[in-house]
Amino acid sequence: MSIWQLVVKEIHRRKLNFISGLISVALSVAVLVGSLTMLKAHDMRTGEIVAQKEKETRQRMAVLEDDYRKIMKYLGFNLLILPRDQKLGDLYTDGFASRTMPEEYATRLSKANIVTIRHLLPSLQQKIKWPEKQRTIVLMGTRGEVASSYRDDQEPILVAVPKGRAVIGYELAASMHLRAGEKFRLLGRTFTIEQCNEERGTNDDITIWIDLQEAQGLLGKPGKINAILALKCLCAGNDIAQIRQQIGAVLPGVQVIEQGTKVLTRAEARKRAAKESAEAVTAEIRNRQRIRREQEAFSAILVPLVFLASGIWIGLIFLSNVRERKSEIGILSAIGVQSRKVLSLFLMKALLMGAVGAVVGYITGTLGGMQWQGIRSLSIGFDAWRFILSLLMAVLLALTGSWIPAFLASRQDPADVLREE
Amino acid sequence: MFELKQIKKTYVKEGKTIQALKKTDLTTETGEFVAVQGPSGSGKTTLLLIAGGLLHPDEGQVLVDGKDLYKMKTDTRTGFRSRYIGFVFQQYHLIPYLSVLENIVAPSIVHGRHEHWDRGIELIKQFGLQHRENHVPAELSAGEKQRTALARALFFRPQILLADEITGNLDHQNAQIVIGCLKEHARQGGTVLLVTHDQEVAAQADRMEQLHNATCERNES
Repeated sequence: MSIWQLVVKEIHRRKLNFISGLISVALSVAVLVGSLTMLKAHDMRTGEIVAQKEKETRQRMAVLEDDYRKIMKYLGFNLLILPRDQKLGDLYTDGFASRTMPEEYATRLSKANIVTIRHLLPSLQQKIKWPEKQRTIVLMGTRGEVASSYRDDQEPILVAVPKGRAVIGYELAASMHLRAGEKFRLLGRTFTIEQCNEERGTNDDITIWIDLQEAQGLLGKPGKINAILALKCLCAGNDIAQIRQQIGAVLPGVQVIEQGTKVLTRAEARKRAAKESAEAVTAEIRNRQRIRREQEAFSAILVPLVFLASGIWIGLIFLSNVRERKSEIGILSAIGVQSRKVLSLFLMKALLMGAVGAVVGYITGTLGGMQWQGIRSLSIGFDAWRFILSLLMAVLLALTGSWIPAFLASRQDPADVLREE
Repeated sequence: MFELKQIKKTYVKEGKTIQALKKTDLTTETGEFVAVQGPSGSGKTTLLLIAGGLLHPDEGQVLVDGKDLYKMKTDTRTGFRSRYIGFVFQQYHLIPYLSVLENIVAPSIVHGRHEHWDRGIELIKQFGLQHRENHVPAELSAGEKQRTALARALFFRPQILLADEITGNLDHQNAQIVIGCLKEHARQGGTVLLVTHDQEVAAQADRMEQLHNATCERNES
């Protein structure tokens, strides 16, 4: 007969004693594993929530990106390239540039492969007296877009005004009852009205657009322009400094200013939205981390308390078991069973209690933790390290709890027992 | 030869010193059945426990074939006891959750060997317990319990068998069966030391010693 057989038979005989200890171990392990499972489930849930938030943010940003693209299509992020000696104060006062630069600049820029610039519109503007009508107007000479040498053919966003034709601003057309198709004279030349613009509320309302070359001729500035409008720039945000640097490398004699603050505002709004979304994700993560810390703190108190209570309970169970088996221990000693074997008789029972309790506690704790966190799938799965930890803790708990009673049993003097009986 | 020489043992109980044994000598030869008779509280059980190496005497020696039990280390003495000495008690001290057969082979735990079941079966037959082989002690009669305890004590064929009031709970018939077993053990070359208050039982031994005034005196009657 072996000690194991004796242990198993004793457990079989005193099932309640063993089961009450087993429940105690299982409860401790369940609390430990449950806490760990809850934390793991919490981390998984956090990951899911953050991923979901990030996905929503990406979708939201994609919508904003699309909106931004549409806004850019219609409003563009526009740059105005001016002669270096153009005073900006005059520009803002008059609404157009007064200094000139060579028209060839537009061609040079179009060949420069600056990817951020598209749709170059060279123009010559000047405020003049319209001698035939006795009106002050802005005469704008434009040749439409300068074709890009490296880009695919694109639909021009502004079609040039044909020679001999003119586009009339709203105020001029309205006040002088001008209609498309009618003819009029300007600085001694006859033009046919191509189109009368809608009201814009800007200098455009008192502007007449004609062919650039004709304007240069009328104004006595052949081969000159005083501005290049760069429309629909593919600008990342408001990185104007970089664009200035790129243009300056090609055209040293110019200055670059932005037009279209509305677009900038919207771009900023887009950035703000992105930032807010990112902050929302960060706040969610922070909140989840706070909840995790609270759970950790709670577990850090609960788990040791449960283990301590279980250890005491196991100690009491074993103490009662030792008292109950006093006669048995006495006779085992009398027939020559050494004290270390008597000790192992109890410690093996504790070992078995710990091992079985670990399995029961691991399953209970895992399921309980998942239930608590509302996880129904088995996605958490079996964690070998957690199981080994449970097993070690359970065995350690049972051995620690039973050690003192087992030691007392092994030190029991058989003579005392046998004499008392 | 089994000798107790000048054994002295005192207990202190509630501040009072009780002299259980004083300078007691007892010698038994191989194959001898000796009974120590005395009234309750005369120190019979103390004598038996000291003789069995379970209770350290204040003075004196216990010699088994010249070897002093109490000069051995505890573990050595325990091992020695398992091989040379068998115990039987009035209260049987059977392990309640083991069957009769398992109780009989329980001493095999000492050596951790598993080849002792045959010896158990042999003892079961010798003590007429075949019909109780798988019964637990609670299901046995007093006589069956004592026979089971006796079988367990003889499991390793000990040289010395120590019996403490083993007929105390038995009817006459069962008492005679048990005493017969002790006689048989002595006849086969073993040494039996029986302590009892029952003069009639003690009288069946080869020799009777009277425990009187905490010393053994040979009863010549």
